[in-house]
Amino acid sequence: MNDLDFFIILLTSAVVVFFIGQAKARSRQESTSGIRLHSLPNYYGYLTALWTFLPALGVFLVWSLFESNIVSMLTIAKFTQLQQLSTDNLSLALNEIKILATTGIYYSNGDANINHQAAAVYSKYFNHSFNLKILVSTLLALLGFTYTYLRINPTMQARNSVERLIVYVLLICALIAILTTLGILFSVLFESVEFFSKVPITEFLFGTHWSPQIAIYEDQAGSSGSFGAVPLFWGTIFISIIAMMIAAPLGLIAAIFLSEYATSRVRATIKPILEILAGVPTVVYGFFAALTIGPLVRDFGYYLREVGVNLDIEILANLTVSTESSLAAGLVMGMMIVPFILSLSDDVISAVPDAMRDGSTALGATKSETVWKVIVPAALPGIVGGFLLAISRAIGETMIVLMAAGVAANLTANPMNSVTTITTQIVTLLTGDQEFDSVKTLAAFALGLGLFITTLILNIIALHVVRKYREQYE
Amino acid sequence: MNNNDIELNQQLGKTVGNPLVDGIPRMSCQSVDVFYNQDLQAIFNVSVDLAKNQILAMIGPSGCGKSTLLRCLNRMNDTIDGCIVTGKIYLDNEDIYTSNIDPVLLRAKVGMVFQKPNPFPKSIYDNVAYGPRLHGLMTNNSELDDIVEESLTKAGLWKETKDRLNKPGTGLSGGQQQRLCIARTIAVKPEVILMDEPTSALDPIATATIEELMYELKSSYTIAVVTHSMQQAARISDRCAYFHLGRLVEVNDTNIVFTNPEHGLTENYITGRFG
Ligand SMILES: Nc1ncnc2c1ncn2[C@@H]1O[C@H](COP(=O)(O)OP(=O)(O)OP(=O)(O)O)[C@@H](O)[C@H]1O
Ligand SMILES: [Mg+2]
Repeated sequence: MNDLDFFIILLTSAVVVFFIGQAKARSRQESTSGIRLHSLPNYYGYLTALWTFLPALGVFLVWSLFESNIVSMLTIAKFTQLQQLSTDNLSLALNEIKILATTGIYYSNGDANINHQAAAVYSKYFNHSFNLKILVSTLLALLGFTYTYLRINPTMQARNSVERLIVYVLLICALIAILTTLGILFSVLFESVEFFSKVPITEFLFGTHWSPQIAIYEDQAGSSGSFGAVPLFWGTIFISIIAMMIAAPLGLIAAIFLSEYATSRVRATIKPILEILAGVPTVVYGFFAALTIGPLVRDFGYYLREVGVNLDIEILANLTVSTESSLAAGLVMGMMIVPFILSLSDDVISAVPDAMRDGSTALGATKSETVWKVIVPAALPGIVGGFLLAISRAIGETMIVLMAAGVAANLTANPMNSVTTITTQIVTLLTGDQEFDSVKTLAAFALGLGLFITTLILNIIALHVVRKYREQYE
Repeated sequence: MNNNDIELNQQLGKTVGNPLVDGIPRMSCQSVDVFYNQDLQAIFNVSVDLAKNQILAMIGPSGCGKSTLLRCLNRMNDTIDGCIVTGKIYLDNEDIYTSNIDPVLLRAKVGMVFQKPNPFPKSIYDNVAYGPRLHGLMTNNSELDDIVEESLTKAGLWKETKDRLNKPGTGLSGGQQQRLCIARTIAVKPEVILMDEPTSALDPIATATIEELMYELKSSYTIAVVTHSMQQAARISDRCAYFHLGRLVEVNDTNIVFTNPEHGLTENYITGRFG
């Protein structure tokens, strides 16, 4: 038996006791004629099931969470050789012991003898712990069941009790969601702090040179290992600006058409298509960008250069042109977020009350005057909120940039040149063989933190703006 | 046609009272039918005049088509898909449903105030200036200032708002908002003002202010007002029209309609036995 088996057994017994509880409630209802059941029989079933399932599950989960740590500690306490190891080596050794204990595979060059002994001890303790865990959980389940079952009688307020328990269940689910997010945040924060202890934060924030290849040997060629993130932040912003320059007007105008001018038939056809477009995986946009738009932009760049040479315009003549360009990435990213902006803007524009349209029409305004002078200004906060959400999506986008803008960290305002973004660099830093605590890997966490903070701020502003807008019409 | 319909048609038959006015009416409806779609007719063969500088009150049970007819008078129904208006409606002897009439310009001449105050989410000043700016009624800013002041004064809102013209119109109280909407309508210098239950969202004090206002506006404008309040109709209107199921049952001078109604349905309605 393993953890999953036990969980399934627990779940099955919850279902079974549901029927037992329900049956008892029914029988009581019939035998004690005169007194009506306080709640429907189902509620007695739910209550029995919840009391059987929840406490046992709670203990089971908490136990499972700490089990491996506690067993490890107990194991270490047994072996003085392990206690003498440094923290890093100890965690390595522990890993090996655990793998050895669970799979029997041994591949390390540590102290094989000690590790084998330790693994045996570890396994023994672990088995004890597991058995004890199952025993305690089962007992709790039985206890919960009997406790509830014995109390079932027509006056018991099962419905109210279930209601109270449900609140706790919901609360726990919500807490798990929040705690997971916090957990991720803290692990990123923790690793970032470690990164900043190796690379000064000022270099990261203000340095203009990004080249994370750390020398593996001393004086290895071409590896400077500098971590100035400015080109990445710039690349991210630059591509997002290009994308927004495409997507904002296009999305807004299309949204106006859709919500104000299109007939309901057209609307009913276009809306679902947009939702499909919004669901296209970005990697699809990515290869469209890399294979179609990229070469087009490059050819356009060559053309511009030729024009520059012919007309003696120095800026154009010296234009750097590459297949991977921020323009290509920005254009395609713009196309990607058009449906997003369109659908958000369409929502806020449709939410402007018809009374506004009637009021303006009744004053002798044409349709387009009404749209531009009343509807759009009224919806503006919501539209801006939508734009901000779209920007934070653009900033987080990875695949398109990776495929269309490249990975070269250039600090350039030339849209024909290749740039790179935060997300792309995180990918390149973490793919391939990596030492987990190398500066390179840690840099990914610092970048992640930067990304997280930027999008968080953008989202907070956006939500605030959108909420302000809602209040206006309530 | 089933029995009910026949009975109803007999009962509703022709409009009784006095649908026409002496002299040239400002607006006139002749045999107007309105359809929302093929089988939903909302107005049946209505003929009625709006006399100059008078208030016509339109009363009747909910859903009888008062708003529908009112919205025909400035072609607001054009904005509703599938709505068809037949018959003739004249403004100063000109048929407003012919193709050489631009509904946009018509609406500047026949303004409308709605049931729920609907100021734009702009400043008080911009709300009032909206119409004049659209139609280019001024040549410079000080003229616009004058129009705004004049309109707000006429709507009885100048004193309360002259120090806060740059504050949003949505921040006013309900009654003030409604007067702002009236000022906004007046600013376009219309000939006719249509009001659809302008006080139904307001408390008695605000209602009294608006009623006084309508009474004053009467001297310069022709007004049609839909109302659910008998007292209001009796207090402010010169003529009163009673609608029932899309038909105009009776129309006459207000004091006649209220003291001596000709039609049984009208009598039932105004004495509160029905509707
Ligand atoms: N946009 C529309 N589409 C379809 N039918 C409509 C529409 N507007 C109104 N109607 C129908 O036309 C009839 C008359 O409606 P109208 O709004 O004119 O009534 P009303 O007299 O103003 O009622 P109330 O006093 O409740 O405002 C009703 O039966 C209504 O259901
Ligand atoms: Mg109405």
